[in-house]
Amino acid sequence: MAVDEGLKSELQKQGIFVLPFEQLYNWGRKSSIWPLQFGLACCAIEMIASAAARYDLARFGAEVFRATPRQADLMIVAGTVTKKMAPQVVRLYNQMPEPKYCIAMGACAISGGPFKDGYNVLKGIDRYIPVDVHIPGCPPRPEALIHAIMTLQRKIATQHLEREQLRWYDKNATTEFPIPAYGERDLEPTANRELWHPPRDYTDVTLDEVKKA
Amino acid sequence: MIQPLTEEKRFTLTQRPEGLIETQTLEVSIGPQHPSTHGVFRMDCVLDGETVVALKPVMGYLHRNHEQLAERMAWLGSMPYTDRLDYFNSMTNNWAYALAVEKLAGIKVPEHAEYVRVIMAELTRILNHSCVIGFMLQDLGAWGTPLLYAFREREKILDLFEAVSGSRMMCNYMRFGGVRVDMTEKDLAVARDIISRFPRFLDEFEKLLTTNEVLLARTQRVGILPKELAINASISGPMARASGVEYDIRKVDRYGVYGRIDFRVPVGDIGDVYDRYYIRVLEMRESIKILQQALRDIPAGPHVAPEVKLRNFKIPPGDGYGRVEAPKGELGFYLVSDEGGKQPYRYHVRPPSFINLTTLEDMCLGHKVADVVIILGSIDIVLGEVDR
Amino acid sequence: MEPIETIKEVVVQAVAGAQLEIVKSTPAAQQPAILADREHAYAVGKFFKEDPRFQMDFCSCVTAVDFLPKGDKPGFIEVVYHLYSVSLKQGPIILKVRAPREVEQCHVPSLTPLWRGAEFQEREAYDLYGVTFDGHPDLRRILMWDEFTDYPMRKDYEPPADYEWEPTPHDDTLQRAAQAGGIMPPTAREELEKTKKK
Repeated sequence: MAVDEGLKSELQKQGIFVLPFEQLYNWGRKSSIWPLQFGLACCAIEMIASAAARYDLARFGAEVFRATPRQADLMIVAGTVTKKMAPQVVRLYNQMPEPKYCIAMGACAISGGPFKDGYNVLKGIDRYIPVDVHIPGCPPRPEALIHAIMTLQRKIATQHLEREQLRWYDKNATTEFPIPAYGERDLEPTANRELWHPPRDYTDVTLDEVKKA
Repeated sequence: MIQPLTEEKRFTLTQRPEGLIETQTLEVSIGPQHPSTHGVFRMDCVLDGETVVALKPVMGYLHRNHEQLAERMAWLGSMPYTDRLDYFNSMTNNWAYALAVEKLAGIKVPEHAEYVRVIMAELTRILNHSCVIGFMLQDLGAWGTPLLYAFREREKILDLFEAVSGSRMMCNYMRFGGVRVDMTEKDLAVARDIISRFPRFLDEFEKLLTTNEVLLARTQRVGILPKELAINASISGPMARASGVEYDIRKVDRYGVYGRIDFRVPVGDIGDVYDRYYIRVLEMRESIKILQQALRDIPAGPHVAPEVKLRNFKIPPGDGYGRVEAPKGELGFYLVSDEGGKQPYRYHVRPPSFINLTTLEDMCLGHKVADVVIILGSIDIVLGEVDR
Repeated sequence: MEPIETIKEVVVQAVAGAQLEIVKSTPAAQQPAILADREHAYAVGKFFKEDPRFQMDFCSCVTAVDFLPKGDKPGFIEVVYHLYSVSLKQGPIILKVRAPREVEQCHVPSLTPLWRGAEFQEREAYDLYGVTFDGHPDLRRILMWDEFTDYPMRKDYEPPADYEWEPTPHDDTLQRAAQAGGIMPPTAREELEKTKKK
């Protein structure tokens, strides 16, 4: 139900604000995103620098970095995720209560980064958990992290309560993602097939066909 | 000798001295995500009440197989990867690798480049020590104040690094035979300005911290490392010097131009956490002296040795070990070159943080759980180096 | 420090039955090494630690290097120890020990009882190369997870095929991605068609 703009400004002059409920709801959520204190590698230092005095992240609502996932809204995966660490990252993400968001900071969290040819490097955290914002860079500057927080705020502002099914109000959607187990040569499974769709060849050959051939 | 943790030792009933209450030991896994570990590092502690009975460090959560990657790239190609080893001090990592390759290939570095290297390394040292003290005090409970003061100073030095090398943290600045880009007069003037203001910051830091009651009460006589154990366990850097070991690679190997610069090496006597904190403060003051001398005596000249051709750079077969005094300890590179010589056949990093963790259990036994966090903070580890 | 030949003579006289060789490095580096046989490596290390002329009390770096078989020469894994002296401020003395490459036969005496600093580094060599150190107090994996079965730093290690299936500038990765069934260059596509028709 849209409100007429003229009426809105007239009411504003009298001190009465009219706005849809979800705008208020989203405004509250986006202005107080509390990140989880979770730095893995070099990008963590830039995360700390962006929370320090010069590039103050607290201005954007990230007032405190919570140490426990139960009290955090946002997980900034800053640094290389290794296969040894991946189950713990997924476990932490599962422990966060909804609504929760994830930012993949740095080239290593997006796709493995400079260490992509590694036997212990997970080639992107979006293989196991859904990522909302990706920040390229190695390491990305603190300004880039602030830009990512602002992008996330814009994303939160456009999340509709009624029209789209939000993950935390949808009875069929899952909020807990399966945790990979340590295998003999690699993690099992290597990726979460429902979340991660690798780009395919144009004739769409499946892996099973190739293996049988 | 350390015995592996058997099942009985983990879950035993401990007898109280009076023989009245039987309690059980508790095994707690601190990490890999914890606000007070310096990166993804896990410690399996066995606690009797709050006292630590056994402690096993578990690492490898950041193992990025840097050594295997270097075997596939040319000699210069792994220089950006050395930045990411100890991600706080990228300049000294670069210097250690460049030194090892120059030793192996017999390259001589011009004077001007040596002075620039010393300036960058000592700036990195004061940056690292102030941030380490900040992190250690954050673990102690001083929620952010010393850390934010340290980061304020760090930003000024990072501005200089960015102006000279193009990047704040991952500088990739040293090359075989010198440095990549010369430092202009303007950069040297900025460096002099930073040095002139730094002693005032250090005085402010010390006034708040060195005689602080809380710091003294919580760090004195905690985590004592005896001198013989320090030498036997290959501990190096400020941690060893706090225990009384008089060994500084800048004075022993006299690499670069350290032979001409006049500075002292502070050595502690007890080896507890307070000594390790205070040694770092004293080392920062010595670094300022080194920087003043280097900035005064820097000659003009080429910034890289002109005879080094980086295209088709080859090293004759053989192996060699080069080391520097990084802010965390002895950082060394062991390189093996085979016939062909365009890539390293074996590339090994001797990481100071990894080896300084050997005595973590010995230092923590008998202390409370809260002290474990402070002792870990005083060892000054960076997981990029521990796991490579 | 005396030249390496003098050191070798001194050690041969002190440690009975030791068979030592000198391994040279590049002419510029001037870091020749003493290669000791497996049975006497511990005794040689002990000699270097306790003799008053050397007093090598600081074991700085422990590395394992994998040499593949070349022609007739069998391959071996070499463990290299760099020893320094803190009390006399001298060094380095480089000690090398060799062992055959097969995992069951790859046993080397552990020098951890002499230098505690070798403890973690020997565990790393075990984890990444498969070298078993006899006499190590706590030999288990340190960098990889415990259920891992391979020895990743060996030269003949095949990493698992978990690459993203998209073109990257590395030919190596493109090849592996093609084999795993992703983006295929046209020539590989034809070969796949041929094998399918068979």
